[in-house]
Amino acid sequence: MARRVVPAIRPAGSRRRVLVRVGQYALLTLAAALILVPVYFSVVDSLLPPEKIFAYPPALWITHPQWDTYRRAFETGSLGRYLVNSFAVSAVITAGQVFTSILAAYAFAFLRFPLRNFLFLVFLTTLMVPAEVTIIPNYHTVATLGWLDSYQGLTVPFLATAFGTFLLRQAFLTVPRDLRDAAAIDGYGHLGFVWRVVVPLSRPVIASLAVFSFLMAWNQYLWPLLITNSDEYRTVQIGLKTLVSQNLDQFNVVMAGTVVAAIPMFLLLVLFQRHLVRGLTAGAIKG
Amino acid sequence: MMDATGGTPTAREAAYRRHGLFSRARVREWLYGLALLSPSFALFAVFTFYPLVKGAYLGLYRSDPFGLHRVFIGFDQYLHVLRSGGFQSSLGVTFWFAVYTVPAGLVLGLALALLAHQRLRGMIIYRAVFSSTLASSVAVASVMWLTLLNPSVGILNYGLRESGVGAIQWLNDPRWALLAVSLTTTWLNLSFTFIVLLAGLQTIPEQMYESAKIDGAGAWSRFRNVTLPMLSPTIFFSLVVLTIRAFESFGQIDILTQGGPLKRTNVIVYSIYTEAFKNFNEGVAAAQAIFLFLIILVLTLVQFRFLERRVFYGS
Amino acid sequence: MSRVCFEGVTKRFGDVVAVDDLRLEVADREFLVLVGPSGCGKTTVLRLVAGLDEPDAGLIHIGDRLVNGVEPKDRDVAMVFQSYALYPHMTVRRNMEFPLRTRRVPKEERARLVGEAAETLGLVDLLGRRPSQLSGGQRQRVALGRAIVRRPAVFLMDEPLSNLDAKLRAQTRAELIELHRRLQTTVLYVTHDQVEAMTMGSRIAVMDRGALQQVGRPQEVYERPANVFVAQFIGSPPTNLVRGSVEREGETLVVRVPGGVVPLTPDRAAVVSERSLAEVLVGVRPEHLAVDAGPVAATVRVVVSLGHERQGVFALDDGQLVVARMATDGPGLREGARVQLMARPEHVHLFDPATGTRLG
Ligand SMILES: Nc1ncnc2c1ncn2[C@@H]1O[C@H](COP(=O)(O)OP(=O)(O)OP(=O)(O)O)[C@@H](O)[C@H]1O
Ligand SMILES: [Mg+2]
Repeated sequence: MARRVVPAIRPAGSRRRVLVRVGQYALLTLAAALILVPVYFSVVDSLLPPEKIFAYPPALWITHPQWDTYRRAFETGSLGRYLVNSFAVSAVITAGQVFTSILAAYAFAFLRFPLRNFLFLVFLTTLMVPAEVTIIPNYHTVATLGWLDSYQGLTVPFLATAFGTFLLRQAFLTVPRDLRDAAAIDGYGHLGFVWRVVVPLSRPVIASLAVFSFLMAWNQYLWPLLITNSDEYRTVQIGLKTLVSQNLDQFNVVMAGTVVAAIPMFLLLVLFQRHLVRGLTAGAIKG
Repeated sequence: MMDATGGTPTAREAAYRRHGLFSRARVREWLYGLALLSPSFALFAVFTFYPLVKGAYLGLYRSDPFGLHRVFIGFDQYLHVLRSGGFQSSLGVTFWFAVYTVPAGLVLGLALALLAHQRLRGMIIYRAVFSSTLASSVAVASVMWLTLLNPSVGILNYGLRESGVGAIQWLNDPRWALLAVSLTTTWLNLSFTFIVLLAGLQTIPEQMYESAKIDGAGAWSRFRNVTLPMLSPTIFFSLVVLTIRAFESFGQIDILTQGGPLKRTNVIVYSIYTEAFKNFNEGVAAAQAIFLFLIILVLTLVQFRFLERRVFYGS
Repeated sequence: MSRVCFEGVTKRFGDVVAVDDLRLEVADREFLVLVGPSGCGKTTVLRLVAGLDEPDAGLIHIGDRLVNGVEPKDRDVAMVFQSYALYPHMTVRRNMEFPLRTRRVPKEERARLVGEAAETLGLVDLLGRRPSQLSGGQRQRVALGRAIVRRPAVFLMDEPLSNLDAKLRAQTRAELIELHRRLQTTVLYVTHDQVEAMTMGSRIAVMDRGALQQVGRPQEVYERPANVFVAQFIGSPPTNLVRGSVEREGETLVVRVPGGVVPLTPDRAAVVSERSLAEVLVGVRPEHLAVDAGPVAATVRVVVSLGHERQGVFALDDGQLVVARMATDGPGLREGARVQLMARPEHVHLFDPATGTRLG
């Protein structure tokens, strides 16, 4: 087809439109820059040579990056150990929450039994009791069980989640009941049906729950602070606090530790942003 | 044929009824349901319900400074805690902490969401940046801000000095400490609010804006008459969540100020923590925790009222 | 042996009696069609056979086995759902294999059985697809495939054709009959479409509001409807029903209806006189009503042509409307014209006005 050359007629508002566009980008960039300030200076500080850390004026950019600080961050504290602990604890909590939520959500979505709605309500009420409220008795419980300074103590109290149960129940309710009936005739009991039909069909929501649980577990602060005493079981959050209190004179090392501690969640965010958004907005927005 | 199983149909039927064969499936389903719920339920019982009751019970006692003996005080202890200057000041601090962090968080989050809601090239990068504070935990955020707020070499004071305002003892000055902690918290919450509000914006149908445009509404009018009303449930949700978070805050206080200076940042949870685990005043701490529970209970009920339809009846 | 036998089966949902004292035997290898209006309990009957619901009363046998309380998977039945209930995340092959996997059928055997079923149903090229990538007709065949791979004793089909368009439905109907001929399995087939029932069933069972109304060969049910409901439900347009009073006319009995009298065959007259009924319901199918020098006068209201036939609506003298199906090449009928209607005595059905049951 022959293309007709249309003379460029500039609409009257086009100049204004360009200005608006520039303004939009300027605002966006400014906002992004402000948000990144703490991150930027953490990275800058983490790369400072020891003699520069208390210099005035403070370093505004990196001139001679000292990658060595990162090695020292791992050597001074038990940063590696903290990271491993955090990973292990978060993974166990995530797996546990996904597991218990799948079971409970299935019962609420697919089974009919007396007291079901009442029990659902009981699940609901746990949302009104934040962990901060129950720390004192829970501390006693865990101490009595001999779980202070242990992985059990860090994980077991968090293996169930009402939020996750709701999230999955919502998803399971969209699985047609006919599929349950078909599977029953095809020879599958409840567990077979859950495992082979319900879970595969709800994979995106389960992934959301998993990412969300992992983030929450990784970011826990008060509980691990209370029940861990030794580097052997400390998570990276508590490790950071320890690092700060023990190395106030070398905050380049502290900042290196901080950057390292932030990286796993940053990767999680980059890789699973979509899932995370679903987890965060569940409840806030329909669908 | 009939005799193969014996008896007339009705007689056999009666036999099945007696043996509960007709309802056996139902009983089985019930047991099955309970079995599936039991892991969650056991955990909730041990780590949520029992400690709640136990906490209320502990609040009736006072322990000596060594945490050895318990003396029964009764409900007076709750009244005592409620009247005590320490708890009232904690409540006040937490209240102001919420006042500093919640509206600011909402306004900034909404601004970011509106900025990022436009269709522009490269927006995905801006959105990623705006979501990035989600990646930092309380501890990470607090340590980052600890250096920014450092009175001598922190960037904030550098800027203030250069602009002639002069340095501020952010974390050591009773007038500034809570604000400094709030600043950190607001930054930390920014991505959450941003993500929730952006998702809310994205559910507003494009046609509503178009029809408003056709009706001659300008940008501000569209914001007032379309965006805000449509977004109000989401804003409300964020508001409640941010408020609950403010009342649950602990980590940033522990790292930045340890409740000081002059207890000006001694929020409720930090107060509970110090009373219980530093001063061994467990009874008082338990009573405070119950009050915290009541506050959060009210906030959560408000939130449930709003979520009700969605949580209970599906979308 | 895979007959299905219901002995006084009742199922209630709260106040609703979905199935009311059902007594029915589906013979081995029979294709029995269960037909009735929406909500009459057809699906519930299938679910009771499958074991998805348990009856509140009564016994169900499959073959010689009493299956009350037996798990669905142990009943040796397969069901094709109205919605097809295909597993959306599995390929066609996996869907069809699914019932075999849990029964520990070895892999090669599974592949062979699925291959055979796919061959039978023309699904060979679709085995790698997901349900969402199939047309409605293809999905329907996958659902059938999943049912037949297991070689069950009984097939339960719940309106399997209702989601297909008219043309595909006619074609699939024929294929299903052919499939049944080949597999020689007992089929309990549910539909609310009476044409489907008439063309497919070796016998049909008509249900209404939970209760079985009549069971018989399609022709039988058509020719001798057991009651008013069956007369009106089977056949299209429905049977014309007119109330008339019984009168003696010389030696025999006749029924006076508005505009004339309807003669009776001697045996029907005998039943009527035996019961000494003063009034009866007269039923005549539209296809049996001739517009031709008959004994009953009526006025032409509307005549429409459907291409292959015409349908006329006539008003009796008291204003009641009756419908007749006529050939397209008959005489033209002007609106408002007076005509005489007639039906051969053997095509006149009589029903008891009190109970609606057939007389004679
Ligand atoms: N699980 C249930 N709970 C309550 N009532 C039910 C249930 N299943 C069926 N019913 C009721 O039982 C009656 C029979 O339902 P059923 O599904 O068997 O009808 P159907 O003949 O299959 O109808 P359709 O042709 O519309 O599929 C209906 O009144 C229905 O509302
Ligand atoms: Mg049905």
